[in-house]
Amino acid sequence: MTAVGAEAPIDERIARVGALRRLLLKPELGSLLGALVVFVFFAALSDVFRSGSGIANWLDPASTLGIVAVAVALLMIGGEFDLSAGVMVGTTGLTTGMLSTYYGWNLWAAIVTSLLLALAIGFANGYLVVRTGLPSFIITLGTFLMLQGLNLGVTKLVTDTVQVGAIEQTTGYEAARTIFASTVTVAGTSFQIAILWWLLATAVGSYVLLRTRFGNWTFAIGGDAPAARNVGVPARRTTITLFMTVSAAAWLVGTIQAVRLTSVQANTGIGLELTYIVAAVIGGCLLTGGYGSVIGASLGALIFGMTSQGIVYAGWDADWFRFFLGAMLLLAVLANQFVRRYAEQTRR
Amino acid sequence: MTTPVPAAGPPLLEVRGIGKYFGSVIALKDVSTVVRAGEVTCVLGDNGAGKSTFIKLLSGVFQPDEGELVLNGEPVTFGTPRQSLDAGIATVFQDLAMIPLLAIWRNFFLGSEPTKGRGPFRRFDSDTAKRITRRELAAMGIDIRDPDQPVGTLSGGERQSVAIARAVHFGAKLLILDEPTSALGVKQAGVVLRYIVQARDRGLGVVFITHNPHHAYPVGDRFLLLKRGRSLGDFGKDEISLDELTRLMAGGAELEALGHELAREGGPAADVARALAADRDGATDPTDPTDPTDRSVGAPPAGARAAGPAPGGPADRR
Ligand SMILES: Nc1ncnc2c1ncn2[C@@H]1O[C@H](COP(=O)(O)OP(=O)(O)OP(=O)(O)O)[C@@H](O)[C@H]1O
Ligand SMILES: [Mg+2]
Repeated sequence: MTAVGAEAPIDERIARVGALRRLLLKPELGSLLGALVVFVFFAALSDVFRSGSGIANWLDPASTLGIVAVAVALLMIGGEFDLSAGVMVGTTGLTTGMLSTYYGWNLWAAIVTSLLLALAIGFANGYLVVRTGLPSFIITLGTFLMLQGLNLGVTKLVTDTVQVGAIEQTTGYEAARTIFASTVTVAGTSFQIAILWWLLATAVGSYVLLRTRFGNWTFAIGGDAPAARNVGVPARRTTITLFMTVSAAAWLVGTIQAVRLTSVQANTGIGLELTYIVAAVIGGCLLTGGYGSVIGASLGALIFGMTSQGIVYAGWDADWFRFFLGAMLLLAVLANQFVRRYAEQTRR
Repeated sequence: MTTPVPAAGPPLLEVRGIGKYFGSVIALKDVSTVVRAGEVTCVLGDNGAGKSTFIKLLSGVFQPDEGELVLNGEPVTFGTPRQSLDAGIATVFQDLAMIPLLAIWRNFFLGSEPTKGRGPFRRFDSDTAKRITRRELAAMGIDIRDPDQPVGTLSGGERQSVAIARAVHFGAKLLILDEPTSALGVKQAGVVLRYIVQARDRGLGVVFITHNPHHAYPVGDRFLLLKRGRSLGDFGKDEISLDELTRLMAGGAELEALGHELAREGGPAADVARALAADRDGATDPTDPTDPTDRSVGAPPAGARAAGPAPGGPADRR
C-alpha cells in the first residue's frame, strides 16, 4: 500500500498486520505444518518410511483418499456435506464389475455407465438439497443408507456372494489397467498411477476454486447463499454441480480400485465418508462452509496416508492410527476456529 | 392509476398497483410509482413500512403477488435477481449482500466476474477485478489497504461503501439503494448523495430509500411514501415541500410529541428536545401532543396523487 506523507508510520503498521493476517488466513497453513511434523516424526522412527518404496507405499492410500477429499472439500466450501461419497466408491466399482463380468459388457462401457450412474446420484443429492432446503447431512445420510443396502442386496442377488470378481477377464481390461491401475517407475521405485490422478485432481480443483467464476460462486454460496443469489450467483446450479463433482471423484476411485484389485467387495467404501470430511477439515475447511482449501484437503489426505503406513513401519499396534487421527482433527478444528474468529471479526 | 407522462416517452420503470403477501402478512399492497431516466425516486417510510419488500420486488428477489412492473413500456417479470441485473438494474440491499469471509475484490465482482481466456482456460480475471475495485473505492473516498482483505474485517461504513461502489459500477439503467447512508459518516453520506446525483445526470434512474427527508429532498424528483405496506401517496417534487414531507413521514408528528415530552423533563433531555426541534427544521406548525399519530397521515397535501381509498386512515389499518 502506498502511504502518503505524515501518515506513513501508521500505514506501515497496518501493512504489517495485514501481511501476518494474510499468512494466518491461508487455510492450508495448518495442514502443511501438520504434514511436515508427521513426516519428520515417522521418518525419524523408521528408515523404511523415508525410503523410496516406503514413500510409494504411503502415497498410495493418500492418493485414493485425496481424490475424493478434494471434491468433498469443494462441496464443503460450498456449504454442504455428502455422506454418500464413501459408499459411492463401492457402488461404482460394483456396477462396473457386475456389468462387465456377469453381463459380459465391454469394461469401458461398464465404466462409462457407472460414471453416468454416479452423476445421476450426485444430481439427485444436489437437487433434493436445493429443492427442499433440508440439511444435506440428512439427505445424503438417506442416500448413504440406501446405497449401502443396494450394494449388498444387488450384489447378493446377482452373484450369490458378497463380492464381484474376475474383472481381469473382461474385454478392454488391458487398456483400462494402463489408465487406472498401472505403475510409473521413478528412480527405481514404482509408484501407483493413482498418485498422478490425485495430483491432477488437486491441481484442477485448486485452479477451479481460486481462479474461476465457479470457484468464486462456491465460496459465496457456502458463505451466505441468499446474499450470493441476490447478486446474481446461480446458487442452485453451483450446489448441484458440486454434488456431481463428488460423485465423479468417487467413481474415479471406485474404478481405480476395481481395475487394480480385479474384484470389489460389497461393503467397499463404507466409513470413508467421514474420513474424507476429516481430511477436508484438517485441510482448513470450515464445517459451516465458505472457507477452505483444496490443497489443504490433499495435505489432510497425505497426513492420513503417512500416519496409517508410518504406524506399521514404526512397529506399533495399528489401533494407534485412530488416536492419531482424532488428535489431528481436534487440533485442526481448534486452529480453524481461531482463524475464523480472526477473519470474521466485524465492527458493526 | 395513470401518471401524466411528459413528451419524453415511456418512463424507465413503472410500478403498477404492486402487492406482496407473506402468508397472512400483507407486506405491500397497491403501491404505484414511476422512475424516469435521469430522475431520482425516493421511497420513505417507517420501519416495517415495506420499503425493502418494495425494492426486492424490483430486483427480482421476490415476485409480486399482484400488480406489474413495466420497464421501458414493456411489462416484465423478474424470476431471479440475475434477470433483474441483466436488465440493467443494480441494487444495494439493506443487508448489503456481501460474503464476510470473501476478499473485497471477490465480493465486488461476485456474480458478474470478468473473465479472460477461452474454453477450459476461461478464468476469473483477478488483476482486472482488483484494479477496478481499488479504483472504484478510491473514487468513493475509501482507501482500502488491501483488496485481499475479507469483507468481514471492514467497518460497517466501509462495507456499505463497497456495496454502493459495486452497484454504481454495475447499474446500467437503474440504481436502487436501500438505506445506503445508514452506517455512513457525514462525509461518506455526502459522497453517496453526490453519487446519486451523478448517476441521475448520467441518465440513470435511481430509487433511493431513506428514513431521512433531509437526505431525500435535495436529490429527489419523486417521493413515494409508504406506511404499513400501503402507499400514503406518490408526489412530484413540485407537489410537496420539505416541511410537508417531514411531517408526512410517519414519525414527524411523533418526533414533535417526543420533543414536548422531553422538554417537560428538563435537564439534558431538554437539550435533546431542542436538537429534535432543530432537526425538524421548519416544521413549525404546533401539533397537539395528545393526538400525534393520525396528524401525520390524516391530510395529505393538495397535490398528492390519489393513493387508494383512505390511505393510511384508521379503517385501513391491519
Ligand atoms: N420474508 C418475509 N416473511 C414474512 N414477513 C416479511 C418478510 N419480509 C418482510 N416481511 C414483513 O413485511 C413488512 C415490511 O418489511 P420491510 O423489510 O419491507 O420493511 P422496511 O420498510 O424495509 O423497514 P426498515 O426501515 O426497518 O428497513 C414487515 O412487517 C416484515 O415483518
Ligand atoms: Mg428495509
